[in-house]
Amino acid sequence: MRIGLIGQPNCGKSTLFNQVAGYKAETGNFSGTTVTYTESNVRLMGDVVDVVDLPGTYTLAGSNPAEREVIKYLTSNAVDVVVNVLDASNLAHGLSMTVELLELDLPMVVALNMMDEADRIGISIDVKALEELLGLPVVPMIASKGRGIQALFVQAYHVGIKNRKPLQPSYSEEIEAVLDVLKDRLMNVESHLNSRALAIKVLEGDEEILGDVSKQVQGIDAEINTLQSAIRHQHGTSSEWVIDEERSHLADQIAKSVIKQGTRRISLRDRLDDILLHPFWGYIFLVIILYLFFQLVYSVGGIIEAPLMAQFERIELWLGSIASGEQGLFHQVIVGLIQGVSGGVAIVLPYLVPFLIGLGILEDIGYLPRVAFLMDALMHKLGLHGKSIVPFILGFGCNVPAIMSTRILEDKRERFISAALSTLVPCAARLAVVFGLVAYYLGPALALAIYLFDLFVIALTARILSRLVPDTSPGLILEMPVYRIPTVRTVVNKSWWRIREFVVEAWPLLIVGSVILAVMNYFNLAFYLNRLVNPLSWILGLPNEVGLPLIFGVLRKELSLVMLGQALGSMEFSSVLTPTQMITYAVFVVFYIPCLATMVVIRKELGWKVMWQIVAMTVIIATIASLLARGIAELIF
Amino acid sequence: MQLLESPIGKKVRIIDYKGGRRVSYKLRQLGLAPGREVKVLRFAPLGGPIMVDVEGRSVAIGRGIAARVQVEIE
Repeated sequence: MRIGLIGQPNCGKSTLFNQVAGYKAETGNFSGTTVTYTESNVRLMGDVVDVVDLPGTYTLAGSNPAEREVIKYLTSNAVDVVVNVLDASNLAHGLSMTVELLELDLPMVVALNMMDEADRIGISIDVKALEELLGLPVVPMIASKGRGIQALFVQAYHVGIKNRKPLQPSYSEEIEAVLDVLKDRLMNVESHLNSRALAIKVLEGDEEILGDVSKQVQGIDAEINTLQSAIRHQHGTSSEWVIDEERSHLADQIAKSVIKQGTRRISLRDRLDDILLHPFWGYIFLVIILYLFFQLVYSVGGIIEAPLMAQFERIELWLGSIASGEQGLFHQVIVGLIQGVSGGVAIVLPYLVPFLIGLGILEDIGYLPRVAFLMDALMHKLGLHGKSIVPFILGFGCNVPAIMSTRILEDKRERFISAALSTLVPCAARLAVVFGLVAYYLGPALALAIYLFDLFVIALTARILSRLVPDTSPGLILEMPVYRIPTVRTVVNKSWWRIREFVVEAWPLLIVGSVILAVMNYFNLAFYLNRLVNPLSWILGLPNEVGLPLIFGVLRKELSLVMLGQALGSMEFSSVLTPTQMITYAVFVVFYIPCLATMVVIRKELGWKVMWQIVAMTVIIATIASLLARGIAELIF
Repeated sequence: MQLLESPIGKKVRIIDYKGGRRVSYKLRQLGLAPGREVKVLRFAPLGGPIMVDVEGRSVAIGRGIAARVQVEIE
């Protein structure tokens, strides 16, 4: 048996799914966190059932890829029971899709989620009355706290076993008359939908179903057209809107008859937007919140990193002592292996863990869409939309989650530009290079100047990219979720799930890369690799030896600093590099090719083509930017 | 009157949307259909989006779109 979870965005489907399946689907307090479906086997009443989490959608007639996915899934007979998740605090809105689902004539259960939210705003719902009106079981629950979930799935299981169908909603007389005509014509169409559901869908103008039907019934297209224009003539608007209006009218009526509105308690949460979205204080709070967030990441990361690094250095020293001068290939490989492991454990994870926990909290509170609201105007000046600020902010911690977060953007263009720009944001690893080289030897003011220069380059790139790929979207339309207090369980599960992604996908690459580096070192291939980068180092006025650190900096940005010391034969950079060279090198490292882990994520999220486009773009930008930096630095020094 | 011009905190009824089908669709999905009552809550500064209350939910809408939503005061 397969149970499908369906509901509107941000109604808690994925939270419910994760409660029964363990953490497998991304959740967050904003719409669109689930873009594809996730499946899991769940034990239920001594049987094993398949539970599917489908992307949130407002209607079944949508046009974006996530919405089409839901319709396809539902009409392909893949689902035995539909679990329609509704936000109890928003019943009328959610019910309009319930009405649509009823028409599909599948066994169905309603999960009345967020009963605590409804209670908070003083709404009480007559569950029995709702059950009678819809002709199906309604189970009240609070998914985030795990309440009512058992009861829900037991009900769903029974409904599935008995194949119990819900009541059919009816439309106004004129529409019903049209549906009757169509129904007869579509009687013999082969489809998983019954003829009434088919009739409604074609009258609404669902292109995919219309295509299917017109292949099977001769001349049906013309008939549908005639019926549609008759409705348009009568109502003054298209049949699609007429049906839509009747549905929401029906949903309103149902909601009105089962809801008892008590007094709404005005709490701090209702007032929060007055402060956090204030034209002045809103921005002050934005800066403070982001500052605290990064402060948390850096301080926690720093506390963990230092002792871990010390441990790994001791291991390397110890290995060196037992090898006693004999630096064989085997010894080199072991050292490379340890460096790869320590890179993941001691350098990346200490920052990634607090970062992901902090991000999880911000997401679940519902603050990120507010950031989009505040920054929309500014982002438009760059040819982008407010929502694109989110990956951008995340990029300062690590580009990997930044790229992942482009999932919240609907538009392909927007995803591409945001991903490309995020790779130019100096992540924590590149911060190490800028600070270790420029701030340490030339003073913090110059390091800050590099950061400002970086922002300037990003803004300029945004302008150019948005010209090259013209914007077709007319503007922001975004639902602001209610503020919620995140639960420890969801934040921990979510962070763990994301950390696992790094451990499983990026870390092995770091280790392999590190071992390859060791082998190349052993065979003294550095010379040839430096030759490869020679033209570039010549243009930038850098020593030949920077080739190897730059190539391996792609594996891990920190390597471009650590290996620079090895390559030049001194960690005292001021004795081997001029100030101009330091600045040029740091600027180049900030912009050139995203690290391997980031490339892997870009490929996974946006494909090979986009990955190579971004790589090419960053090389060009890095070369131009560092040439510019070299010119400016030569004027100063 | 445009939704963009309606005063903050005043209940207005949506009459029509004068613009593309795609946006019209999205607005309906979020409950901004003709006949519905909405209320402008706040404006983001510097020509940013406006925030509208739709039956207790908050929806942010860009000004370009808000200018094409026709409303009337009750």
